[in-house]
Amino acid sequence: MPLLKLVPDNTNIKFLRWRVPFYIVSMILIAASWGLILTKGLNYGVDFAGGQEIEATFTKQAEAPVAALREQVGKLGYGDPVIQRFGAPNEVSIRTKLPESAEGNPGAAEAISKKIIATIRASNPDVRIESVSTVSGKVSGEFRQTAIYALGLAMLAISIYIWIRFEWQFGVGALFALFHDVSLTLGMFALLQMEFSLQIIAAILAIIGYSLNDTIVVYDRIREDLKKFRKMPLPELLDMSVNETLARTVMTSATLLVALIPLLFFGPESLFGLTAAIVLGIFVGTYSSIYMAAPILIWLGVSGDSFVPTESAVERQERLARERSAKP
Amino acid sequence: MLEFPTWKKLWYWGLTLVVAAAALPSLFSVLGLPWPSALPNPQVSLGLDLAGGSHILLEANEKQVAQQRLENMEESVRARLKLAEPRIRIGDISSAGGRLSFMLKDSAQVDAAREQILPLTTGAGLTGQRDWDIAVEDGSRFILTPTREGLQQAVSNAMDSAIEVVRKRIDALGTREPTIIRQGENRIVVQVPGLDDPTALKNLLGQTAKLEFKLVDETAAPTDITQGIAPPGDEIVPWSDPNAPGSGGVPVLAVKRLGGIKGDQLTDAKQSFEQRNNSPVVSITFDQQGGAKFAKLTSENVNKRFAIILDGKVLSAPSINEPIMGGSAQISGSFTVQSATQLAIALRSGALPVDLTVVEERTVGPDLGADSIKKGLIAMGVGSGLVVLLMIAVYGRFGIYATIALIFNLMMILGVMAVMGTTLTLPGLAGFVLTIGAAVDANVLIYERMREERKKGRRVVAAVENGYKEASRAIYDANITNFIAGVLLFAFGSGPVRGFAVVLIIGLFTSVFTGVTLTRMWVADWLRKARPTELNV
Repeated sequence: MPLLKLVPDNTNIKFLRWRVPFYIVSMILIAASWGLILTKGLNYGVDFAGGQEIEATFTKQAEAPVAALREQVGKLGYGDPVIQRFGAPNEVSIRTKLPESAEGNPGAAEAISKKIIATIRASNPDVRIESVSTVSGKVSGEFRQTAIYALGLAMLAISIYIWIRFEWQFGVGALFALFHDVSLTLGMFALLQMEFSLQIIAAILAIIGYSLNDTIVVYDRIREDLKKFRKMPLPELLDMSVNETLARTVMTSATLLVALIPLLFFGPESLFGLTAAIVLGIFVGTYSSIYMAAPILIWLGVSGDSFVPTESAVERQERLARERSAKP
Repeated sequence: MLEFPTWKKLWYWGLTLVVAAAALPSLFSVLGLPWPSALPNPQVSLGLDLAGGSHILLEANEKQVAQQRLENMEESVRARLKLAEPRIRIGDISSAGGRLSFMLKDSAQVDAAREQILPLTTGAGLTGQRDWDIAVEDGSRFILTPTREGLQQAVSNAMDSAIEVVRKRIDALGTREPTIIRQGENRIVVQVPGLDDPTALKNLLGQTAKLEFKLVDETAAPTDITQGIAPPGDEIVPWSDPNAPGSGGVPVLAVKRLGGIKGDQLTDAKQSFEQRNNSPVVSITFDQQGGAKFAKLTSENVNKRFAIILDGKVLSAPSINEPIMGGSAQISGSFTVQSATQLAIALRSGALPVDLTVVEERTVGPDLGADSIKKGLIAMGVGSGLVVLLMIAVYGRFGIYATIALIFNLMMILGVMAVMGTTLTLPGLAGFVLTIGAAVDANVLIYERMREERKKGRRVVAAVENGYKEASRAIYDANITNFIAGVLLFAFGSGPVRGFAVVLIIGLFTSVFTGVTLTRMWVADWLRKARPTELNV
């Protein structure tokens, strides 16, 4: 049986011919993402916003009575509740702010959730309470802070690793590609107003890891080709490297997608956001490895000489010996 | 690259099978099959988001520890200087601004006073670390400032005993398998699997249960104390229930600051009923020393009232009709049977050395977790099926190697988790699915490289060898960067998200082993036996 080929042999697609328009589009997308994040904001879940979140399933109704719930819970005087469907149409999460007096006061917080649950149950006897979460303002503030640290440190640490393994231009390129991926993912969450929780931070860190897989594979090939074809013009060489690794890039993205998409449709509702973020990240990350990480090397001035050692092994030994003896 | 001596093969197979076998008990229990009891039974524990239960994060009030220390210091200094020979008189004591300052009446006694105070300010530790700094201003004003180390030590000690108290109280509730761990400097995580309604638990943990008996100062005028003006030596304490009988409609009560008894010298506390009107009360029994103190207090103050104060609020203020010599007493208040039982548990387990407040709480019902596991497994099954189909369709024989490697990989992740006792959480399930998709990346890289090498005209064996060699660089770099992201997620993440990081990190190690090492061994075997002339990849 002949084997399936996702990508034909010996492709020669001129990816980098369109690098300037693609860069402009990407810059606009990054700017738009940050514009959305700053103006519309992220829809913080209870982890980051603090407050109380009740997840409920209406076992005998096809659809959760969202409008009625909003009105009934809104009347209780804890501000406007945020009511969202997650997963099946009969499952909702109801988020309310905690009044100042209930911060860290278990009795008061407890009373509020009891009251909300009783209110829902009064008009919907079929309701099943799946979970109740209470996060104080202090803890949610810490979650926000550590999330920013974790994302920032991950991007930085990985870029430094790339810098050490390759050259500084590659480190900058990887950092930029990661910034692109993270920005677009955050932008998508701001646009769709999907709930932004700790799980999404986990998803973004996974995206950082896997988007970098692609970048590394392309960079590794660029380095190899740079050593082999030292006289080839850089755009041509980058195109060649990208084409050579294209079959692998497509195949890996395909295996990731076929593994994850069932999780989107059949998986637990509470993993929907996380999975959706990673699926989005796979597309964005694959694109960024080709169109963000590679062309930046042209502008940062990588050349065939970047990987040629400036001194031979013997010279290096001699220099080190000189340096040692120079020091008293 | 393709040479595998027998000892190496045995070692690789042994490692694979042993680690993968460690996953079997967990798989058996998921499928509901009995596991032979004679064999070791390591299990992957399920996080609360999968098993259902309550997670409660408690935070201690550090300021209160500092305040308490300041008060204790004041008492010690007073006592010590009073007993000094000759007696050292002091005045103008203040504990404002977190430090203790007082004035000597006779500035000639500075050295003597310093000598008396010095032993109080050194920690008990071997380091000889000073707990308090002593400074003397204007010749006769002593200022004691707590050092940072001393305060940290005090908070740490308070947390240690707080954890003990928390554990006793949870045990008293009869909850099964609670996890109680200290987190950071001043927090305690309590996890109770299978607990649906944590109300009772939270109320119990939120109660400091500091019990005091203090004499009521009947001379204080109600109008003064409601305005916060107390006679010298008194303190004003609010009633817990302003309508309690005995409050006389005044919401606060003046009590003597000193000369009371603390309720920490108890041997027992239980809920019972008062004989006269059958209302719920808590009966307490003092230990010998506490009983003696209580007997002395009551016999010296017959016909006076003493206030029973719990966590800074007056529960009741009964009259002492006769000396209470037996060492036992009843605490009355506006109790229900439930709140009296709860107070009895709290008193039995001892007072918390510091107030704890609930800063985060998550409770998951039991149905949600079971549902999530079922859906997660279905999604994982469909996902891996598709990955396997795709791999075999694209790489043929090599796809089958990758598939077997993938199965061992998943088993080994589960096995490592079971042996290390890590927790599988809901995001951890997503981690498994992500690993399924990503683990075959190593195989894809290798096989694509083999294809290329063959196209360049290399012989079959050389193409396979080069495929493994040239691809391994990118595989290691990619795994190390993923490892960096995973470790940061583990370090900064909390609870369920950590479960995701755990699966990813273990999966990186196992997938390099199964995807690169094991497949290389199998491919080498095949090359030697079949001696293929063409590489159908």
